[in-house]
Amino acid sequence: MFSDPDLLKFVFGRLTLEAIPYHEPILVATFIAVVIGGIGLLGLITYYRFWGTLWRDWLTSVDHKKIGIMYVILALVMLLRGFADAIMMRLQQAMAFGGSEGYLPPHHYDQIFTAHGVIMIFFMAMPFVTGLMNFVVPLQIGARDVSFPFLNNFSFWMTTAGAIIIMLSLFVGEFARTGWLAYPPLSGADYSPGVGVDYYIWGLQVAGIGTTLSGINLIATIVKMRAPGMTMMKMPVFTWTSLCTNVLIVATFPVLTATLALLTLDRYVGTNFFTNDLGGDPMMYVNLIWIWGHPEVYILVLPAFGIFSEVVATFCGKRLFGYASMVYATVVITILSYIVWLHHFFTMGSGASVNAFFGITTMIISIPTGAKMFNWLFTMYRGRIRYEVPMLWTVGFMVTFVIGGMTGVLLAVPPADFVLHNSLFLIAHFHNVIIGGVVFGLMAGVVYWFPKASGFRLDPFWGKMSFWFWLTGFYFAFMPLYVLGLMGVTRRVSQFEDPSLQIWFLIAAFGAFLIALGILSMLVQLVVSFIRREELRDTTGDPWDARTLEWSTSSPPPDYNFAFTPVVHDQDSWWDMKKRGASRPLSGFKPIHMPRNTGTGVILGAISVAFAFGMIWYMWWLAGLSFLAMVAIAIGHTFNYDRDFYIPADVVTETEGKRTELLASEV
Amino acid sequence: MPGFLKLTRHIALLPPLLLLAGCDMVVMAPSGDIAAQQRDLIVISTILMLLIIVPVIFLTLLFAWRYRRANTAATYDPEWHHSTALEVVIWSAPLAIIIALGAVTWISTHKLDPYRPLDRIDAARPVPADVKPVTVEVVALDWKWLFFYPDQGIATVNELAAPVDVPINFKITASSVMNSFYIPALAGQIYAMPGMQTKLHAVINKQGEYEGFSANYSGDGFSHMRFKFHGVDRQGFDAWVARVKSQGTALNRDAYLKLEKPSEREPVRYFATVEAGLYEAILNMCATPGKMCMHEMMHIDAMGGAGKESFKNHDRLEYDNRHATEEGAPAATFPATGTPARSEEQPEGTNEPMQHEMPGMGGHEGHSMPDMQEGSDPAPAQLRN
Repeated sequence: MFSDPDLLKFVFGRLTLEAIPYHEPILVATFIAVVIGGIGLLGLITYYRFWGTLWRDWLTSVDHKKIGIMYVILALVMLLRGFADAIMMRLQQAMAFGGSEGYLPPHHYDQIFTAHGVIMIFFMAMPFVTGLMNFVVPLQIGARDVSFPFLNNFSFWMTTAGAIIIMLSLFVGEFARTGWLAYPPLSGADYSPGVGVDYYIWGLQVAGIGTTLSGINLIATIVKMRAPGMTMMKMPVFTWTSLCTNVLIVATFPVLTATLALLTLDRYVGTNFFTNDLGGDPMMYVNLIWIWGHPEVYILVLPAFGIFSEVVATFCGKRLFGYASMVYATVVITILSYIVWLHHFFTMGSGASVNAFFGITTMIISIPTGAKMFNWLFTMYRGRIRYEVPMLWTVGFMVTFVIGGMTGVLLAVPPADFVLHNSLFLIAHFHNVIIGGVVFGLMAGVVYWFPKASGFRLDPFWGKMSFWFWLTGFYFAFMPLYVLGLMGVTRRVSQFEDPSLQIWFLIAAFGAFLIALGILSMLVQLVVSFIRREELRDTTGDPWDARTLEWSTSSPPPDYNFAFTPVVHDQDSWWDMKKRGASRPLSGFKPIHMPRNTGTGVILGAISVAFAFGMIWYMWWLAGLSFLAMVAIAIGHTFNYDRDFYIPADVVTETEGKRTELLASEV
Repeated sequence: MPGFLKLTRHIALLPPLLLLAGCDMVVMAPSGDIAAQQRDLIVISTILMLLIIVPVIFLTLLFAWRYRRANTAATYDPEWHHSTALEVVIWSAPLAIIIALGAVTWISTHKLDPYRPLDRIDAARPVPADVKPVTVEVVALDWKWLFFYPDQGIATVNELAAPVDVPINFKITASSVMNSFYIPALAGQIYAMPGMQTKLHAVINKQGEYEGFSANYSGDGFSHMRFKFHGVDRQGFDAWVARVKSQGTALNRDAYLKLEKPSEREPVRYFATVEAGLYEAILNMCATPGKMCMHEMMHIDAMGGAGKESFKNHDRLEYDNRHATEEGAPAATFPATGTPARSEEQPEGTNEPMQHEMPGMGGHEGHSMPDMQEGSDPAPAQLRN
């Protein structure tokens, strides 16, 4: 039956055996490693009879804490993939000199830098940020879960489905060769006819649904579910930055979705929104994508700012300086982030007044950001600073981020941008703020909240190793790129002719190697901490002598977070309770109303992978059936009335009783 | 003022210069007046910002050290969290810097607007009244540069020349995707976009051979989309024009349509004559015979449109699809099928000869780069300035 080409085409669309990259040794080796690793992982799960627990307690869980942890695991896995791409680029650029083509031909190198950008932003930083917000925000505001627990589970699985679609492109077909924002006309059907851009589009569209829904969920949670007494101006700063970030997500991700939908129509239906001909306008795409893209930067960095605010107050043993000004700064940044997008393309030929306007609005953002920096600074002033690992990340951030901020303002001066745009100076700048700001913040956040999630602290020695490798590695990897940018070297070049550049690329490659050691140290830290978990156990629930509500409950918190909803009287509510000697309630527990787990999210996520795969490879039957299945399951889920249950009062009494014994044994 | 600037510039550059001795930072040491002013702006902005960055870094490290837990001698005030005076400083210090920088930005953005004709040759000399600027029409092709000199009636591929101290007016477009026209020693970059024209005004002040390239990723051949820019004296420029005229071939539409096809590491080529209106046709996306020019379409639309009749023009307005129709059905994947998105070449490393031929190309071997028929050929040595 497979001799009939029409039938073959109907079944497989444009998918042929040729799409499997068995002739690319790098990919074959990766594939073998993934298969071996995957079999090992599945074997371990089977050996420890973990399948049932995995399904019942994790994959189908609607508990915000477990979903948050799963988001962070997804982010760490994708960090490894994105970083592997980074190492490959660094090696290629260090090798490809004096007529040598390096080891990556352009068609492969171009996929790698595109994948690196897409994965690091959409599937590393975004899930990481969302995961921390998911885990921390309900605990910080004294809630038992998010507003819409099932939606939370569904959002996570859509994000994961997007990541799976992107990862599939590694072994089936190819990825986009367009750069991470896929500017048309290059990303149009005529100049990129393969499946690469389609993988990009569908991966982002599926994940984008998850991100938008998760944003709506967290806004509703923060607005509606705060503990009594927690007015807006008593919310922890991390909750404030999360609120602003989710407002940004809900306001901007639809723009991304619409922009990609128009590009999809151009590619699939033959419309002319962004083509050169028939009235299309590629410049419109560049504007639209950056109207999403610039707020996206603040979506990532605002939660990081929130983490630093929590960490700096905790480890200085001191109330945060200038809480109100911190909140106003966050809100001002949120609003201003919408009116700066054009600074990403001053060189597109706008008039001088337009360019100057967007340059100056960009600079204005540095004022609230500067105010934040001073607030952290004066929190340290007259504090008593404990240099635990999260505080190290914070000081590292403060020194590193201001350098990135300075080069950012420099790039906002349009005539200066004309000579620095698209150069390695620009690459150095945004890695300076993304690594020095976002990644350092996320690392600080993981170390800070890890004991809350797991019940034991992370091993500090390997944490410090990780920090110092990351910090020095960052400077070695990116300071040379500033220099190269001033030497007139542009980004996305895979082969060089001028031999005097090579030394700088070698230094940068060395820096990337140091960062690799930093990531390795972090993995070792996880393993060592797990082995030493009994020594590192946190029995108090408050290992850092911290200030906000999440530290008032046990580590890890019970399913219901708080046996009684706390009442808030001050900004640092837990610090306030400790100061006033508030005691834990020991009796009078009532049954607690909780949402029930459901597998619908996993199933919808899996089917959306099939749908995207069908769309990408033109297997219309698969796309159509999957779409119908998704609609049917979504409707079917609305008839599921078994959505909640009560944790009986005696179970709560027992759980809380155990905690009372544990706390008593400590004293 | 210029003396002061020069001094501060030297002071600011001292530490990096010591570190980077022997390193060729073309952006910081350009040879054209526009790029030099852009460099000055980088220096001024950096100094302005260092006024606030240096104290912040210093204070961070100071506080981090002074208020460490081991130092019990330091004051510890766990409830101190507000100071109106400090808040005023915190917000107004960055504000003051940004007001200064904003003023610099507004003025310099207008003064260095690439669309604005030059009013000076360099810091000391205004543009003489009688000087006639050199006009160059630039087309970014896949993956090479085509330069028209309408006043001289010549054109070149991957080689640009201009007399020193004479304003150059660039008009810039592209044939397929977005590129960015950038000669760091001369002036800042500007995008080259199909169906649109951008402009750049610049002047080169020192003789020499400079690097030019595309600064916006445009596909497979992007890494080698480079050219040499020669800053020469008046006689040198005239001699260069004469050489192009004596050694070049004719550039007509047929020749252009062949040249336009994707190719990498294209050698330098000279064209002694250029068909009239070719640049305008490229800009209006109607170099292919039978296509309707965009300005015609815009004229029809401006007159109220052609109504239902306009459907007849549809095929004449299709532009991008030429690549698909010429090369058959689009490939599912590259490199699996060996049919890349828009290159006629074999995938890298297969050592197939390139498909490109230009009629009458035999005559100027002298200006061609080394024979590029094999993918493994080394790139020509770069002449550095």
